[in-house]
Amino acid sequence: MERLLDKQYLEVENLVKHFPISSRGILLRKKVGFIHAVDGISFSIKKGETFGLVGESGCGKTTTARIILNLDSPTSGMVYLEGNDIYKVFNSKDKKEILKLRRKMQYVFQDPYASLDPRMTVADIIMEPFIIHSHVPKEKRLDRLYKLLDLVGLEDYHAERYPHEFSGGQRQRICIARALAVEPQLLIADEPVASLDVSVRAQILNLLQELQQKLRMTYLYISHDLSTVKHICHRVAVMYLGKIVEMAETDELFDSPLHPYTKALLSSIPIPDPETKIPRIILPGEVPSPINPPEGCRFQPRCIYSKEHGCIENSPKLMDAGGGHLAACPIGMNQRK
Amino acid sequence: MVKKKLLRIEHLKTYFYTWAGIVKAVDGVDIEVNEGETLGLVGESGSGKSVTALSIIGIVPSPGKIVEGKIIYKGENLLEKTENELQKIRGKEIGYIFQDPATSLNPVFNIADQLMEVIRRHQNVTKKEALQKAIELFRLVEIPDPEIKIWNYPHQLSGGMKQRMAVARALSCQPSLLLADEPTTNLDVTIQAQILQLMKGLKQKLGMSMVLITHDMGVVADVADRITVMYAGRVCETADTKTIFYKPKHPYTIALLTAVPSLALRRDKLAVIPGTIPNLIEPPSGCRFHPRCEYAKSLCTEKIPPLEEIEPGHFVACHRALEIDIKSPLGVGKTAR
Repeated sequence: MERLLDKQYLEVENLVKHFPISSRGILLRKKVGFIHAVDGISFSIKKGETFGLVGESGCGKTTTARIILNLDSPTSGMVYLEGNDIYKVFNSKDKKEILKLRRKMQYVFQDPYASLDPRMTVADIIMEPFIIHSHVPKEKRLDRLYKLLDLVGLEDYHAERYPHEFSGGQRQRICIARALAVEPQLLIADEPVASLDVSVRAQILNLLQELQQKLRMTYLYISHDLSTVKHICHRVAVMYLGKIVEMAETDELFDSPLHPYTKALLSSIPIPDPETKIPRIILPGEVPSPINPPEGCRFQPRCIYSKEHGCIENSPKLMDAGGGHLAACPIGMNQRK
Repeated sequence: MVKKKLLRIEHLKTYFYTWAGIVKAVDGVDIEVNEGETLGLVGESGSGKSVTALSIIGIVPSPGKIVEGKIIYKGENLLEKTENELQKIRGKEIGYIFQDPATSLNPVFNIADQLMEVIRRHQNVTKKEALQKAIELFRLVEIPDPEIKIWNYPHQLSGGMKQRMAVARALSCQPSLLLADEPTTNLDVTIQAQILQLMKGLKQKLGMSMVLITHDMGVVADVADRITVMYAGRVCETADTKTIFYKPKHPYTIALLTAVPSLALRRDKLAVIPGTIPNLIEPPSGCRFHPRCEYAKSLCTEKIPPLEEIEPGHFVACHRALEIDIKSPLGVGKTAR
């Protein structure tokens, strides 16, 4: 069933993922609790847009990405791709349809050392999608392989080599080429530059931007590094303990953050300029356990604002502060006015 | 005011004798640390930062060997000392914080044991006094409930707590010099801000010198007084922090500054350093940066550039440092945010 929407490419609605925790023992294992990895998040991405999902480790960024690709099934919630419910397809067991859907979405993993099979040559790795999806006739596969290598800035002779012969940056290029082999429309990049050196990081970020312009792809960019996010993303959502706390256009978010967590996060990034001294907001304590998240607002135990406005009693909802800038903090909203 | 030199490394060479050949990890490094200052040691992975630090306290892992050079600490050459003498210096005179707090702590001993071991080795105290001191240290690094937390095992602590514990252990005997090897690399940004603030405060409180090893230009901009930039086992440039950021002379330093996505500057495209870090078994001839340097000429491929003082306190190892006129991407003292 088609849903009416205005050019939203991917829509995520109220996505929830709770991982059960079992008690120890072999017999009589029972569920003793849940890890609230993702707890009701909604966002949408327009076609051709780069959407950033930012947060510290354990906030549910990667889980969100895995659910969108159905690598994990959601506890509840919906994901629509071009208006179509993707779980209806994934649950239908119609292999053809599932493959068709998979071709539209591809994933670039965080660690290029772990996500390439060491026993396959680069040619095997990049051509495997051709075999699985059989969208490229046999005689054209080699041709396409060299085109892909060229696209990501690798040479033809690299095709016969094995992953261990490459540096981290080159491996990430191979991963990107593999993802592009099926001509996806949505590329989910999960911390694609986190494990790379700074000088190589810039190469990969520029490559991602070039590819987006050339191939008109939509990106979901996941990272904990706000400076790369600012560089590459059009819109950004900040996650904390399984919830989105703020979402806005990139410049808007970085220039006038509303949520106290976003403010603290921005102020704690070291700026490579010794004369720029910004007032640091040092958050007390650490991120609480997602097994027993705090009541009310999840950020409330570490928040710099006073705990009025019922922060402990009610969990604040995302509200629009104007111009598509959403924040889940009534105090932050009031300060703006 | 003449600053007293605490540590002087002269022409240090540490090689690793592997089956594939000799890896020249550190190849003629000169570094100085003055009393009471923080030196930032910056470079990408494989530039020899960590091996330099390990050489200082004489724990280069096999098959590594210090081949040449002098490490003069408080007027004495550490390389001429016996293992017994070095053991009295390690932990007492020179503290060390390892990169990964999770692997540098022993999982089968509780924190109290691990802290007390260091204290009892270097100070003539009873068990009771040592425990009291350990608890004091925990208070110093701002761990809540030190009396209870001290009986925990490493796996019961979070990454940030473990790193605080590692700081406490390094400081336990009030060293004159603290070597911190990427102390915040594995931590989230908000926790990184906490640890950096803590280390800055403690350094002042205890009046020690610090060598902070990192690849993050943002961290050194905030913490360091002087910076040494390393590339492929050699020093490229040494100067005070402001000079490095606003008037850098070595093309690699400049490239490093331009390649980092920054919150302060918004660029459409990141400047890219072409290529990757060279293989240290057969490093490039002459200047090791020449294959990636846009200013390289024939002299650079033939002769190793010496580290020369081009103005008081500003050392550069580049044949063309005085010829080429390149501006820092940051501008001179211009604050963008």
